[in-house]
Amino acid sequence: MSVSDLQALYRDQVLKHAKDPYNFGKLEADAVCADGNNPLCGDKLRVCVQQSNGALDDIRFEGSGCAISMASASMMTELLKGLDTESSRKLIGAVIDMLKSNIDTEIPESLSDTPIAALGAARQYPSRIKCATLAWRAIEAVLDGQQQTTTE
Amino acid sequence: MSAQAAPLSDDALTRAMSALRSDFPALHQDVNGKPLVFLDSAASSQRPQAVIDAIARYESQDHANVHRGVHTLSHRATDLYEGAREKVRQFINAASTREIIFTSGTTESINLVANSFPGEPLQAGDEILITHLEHHANIVPWQLLCQRTGAKLVVAPVEDNGEVLAEQVISRLSSRTRMLAISAVSNALGTILPLDEIVPAARSHGICVLVDGAQATPHSDVDVRALDADFFAFSAHKMVGPTGVGVLYGRAELLEQMPPWQAGGDMIENVSFDGTTFNDLPYKFEAGTPNIAGVVGLGAAVDYLQNVGMQNIARYETLLLKYLEERLLEQGDIRLIGQAPHKAAVASFIMDDVHPHDLGTIVDQFGIAVRTGHHCAMPIMDRFNVPGTARASLAFYNNRDDIDALVDALGTVRSMFR
Repeated sequence: MSVSDLQALYRDQVLKHAKDPYNFGKLEADAVCADGNNPLCGDKLRVCVQQSNGALDDIRFEGSGCAISMASASMMTELLKGLDTESSRKLIGAVIDMLKSNIDTEIPESLSDTPIAALGAARQYPSRIKCATLAWRAIEAVLDGQQQTTTE
Repeated sequence: MSAQAAPLSDDALTRAMSALRSDFPALHQDVNGKPLVFLDSAASSQRPQAVIDAIARYESQDHANVHRGVHTLSHRATDLYEGAREKVRQFINAASTREIIFTSGTTESINLVANSFPGEPLQAGDEILITHLEHHANIVPWQLLCQRTGAKLVVAPVEDNGEVLAEQVISRLSSRTRMLAISAVSNALGTILPLDEIVPAARSHGICVLVDGAQATPHSDVDVRALDADFFAFSAHKMVGPTGVGVLYGRAELLEQMPPWQAGGDMIENVSFDGTTFNDLPYKFEAGTPNIAGVVGLGAAVDYLQNVGMQNIARYETLLLKYLEERLLEQGDIRLIGQAPHKAAVASFIMDDVHPHDLGTIVDQFGIAVRTGHHCAMPIMDRFNVPGTARASLAFYNNRDDIDALVDALGTVRSMFR
């Protein structure tokens, strides 16, 4: 690892999402929400989804966390908004698999052109992978009808 | 250097401490291509070669089980083990080695007292008093005890500057208080607690006092008789010793009346199926084969620290902490969490607009080890309304160059996030 690897992780794209995240805030009362906690870091996110006819019409998140978890959550809302449940689950699975894969594993084609590819660099830092997966675990919990999830 | 020598000037003290760096092999390596700067000693300190050698010598020449055999190696192992107990007794100035119980660490020491609670069994309405800045190890064992017995956990507050005021603790002692469990030094903030006022007040009401000394023993002289607490718990690995070993000091008259906690070999006097009688102190609380190598390492760590002199260590670390806090505050975008008037070796801080974990990951790429997160003290993080902090913690083997390297790396963090 080196300082250039670090710059690969904290690249402009990631910092832009972290500082000024998309879809940050609350949804209407009938949205379904789940809390994601990363006890090691103290990251706490709540992800809420407004669904109709099997589609994710709107997604918002709130909470606090490090740049990696905030950027990942922001990117997630952008990627999943408007998708149907089945496509969402596929994408969620692909992102979590990618983030958990070895650093040398190539980023799959389905993700390589998306902003989330930038977070592939988190795989260099074992203690930070859970930051990157937190929001994705939380939305998985929403779709599974659970209210809480944790990356511990 | 010797503890008995006349006080050194600040410069001479700094030179003498710098010379000790060569005793610590782990400090002399590159991490991520940069010389290691280790600022995480409050989590666990590095070990000097003397401790590493003592453990290796024991493992390669002297190992056998203790207190059991008639053969030579068992005698040697027992002598080393009991010799370390005497060293620890002297180190904390306990009256007798009967009052020195070896445990796996501070956590187990506190759990032992919570499980073998002295005196009458706790009842609903009884109270256990702690403070808001305790480590989880001095919160959760008492919480569990309260759940089992219906006793109530009472929490004394911490001031905005991280200080614990003696009167805020003393005013919460009541006729129902059965135990005061309190840190000597906060791991998360560095606050030194005014135990010289608090402990006598509790004891004069007949209230049992346990002191979590995990962060005190690495940094200052400890005299358990002057402190006059009933129990004092600490760990070897925070004071240049190995992991997996620690101490519970307890006043003999209390330990004698307490029931054993864990049961097994070594802690018994006689076993039959009609009943068992227990061994004398301290063995009553040391069931099973102990961590002999760890205890030998702890003994070597005590020798090492005493040779350096705890007063020299305390004085030097005070100088270094002052420099660390000055350098952090002059940055302008760094806020110190915890600025009590009396502090030890810890600067917990927040950098504007940067989450502690991002900061920790980035400075690690410059070879700098700091702890980030809640420091196993979530309630005090909530108290200051922060998810966690970055914590630079010092030992006597640190120097100003370490602090300058941290400040330089924080400059890179700043430039990446702005």
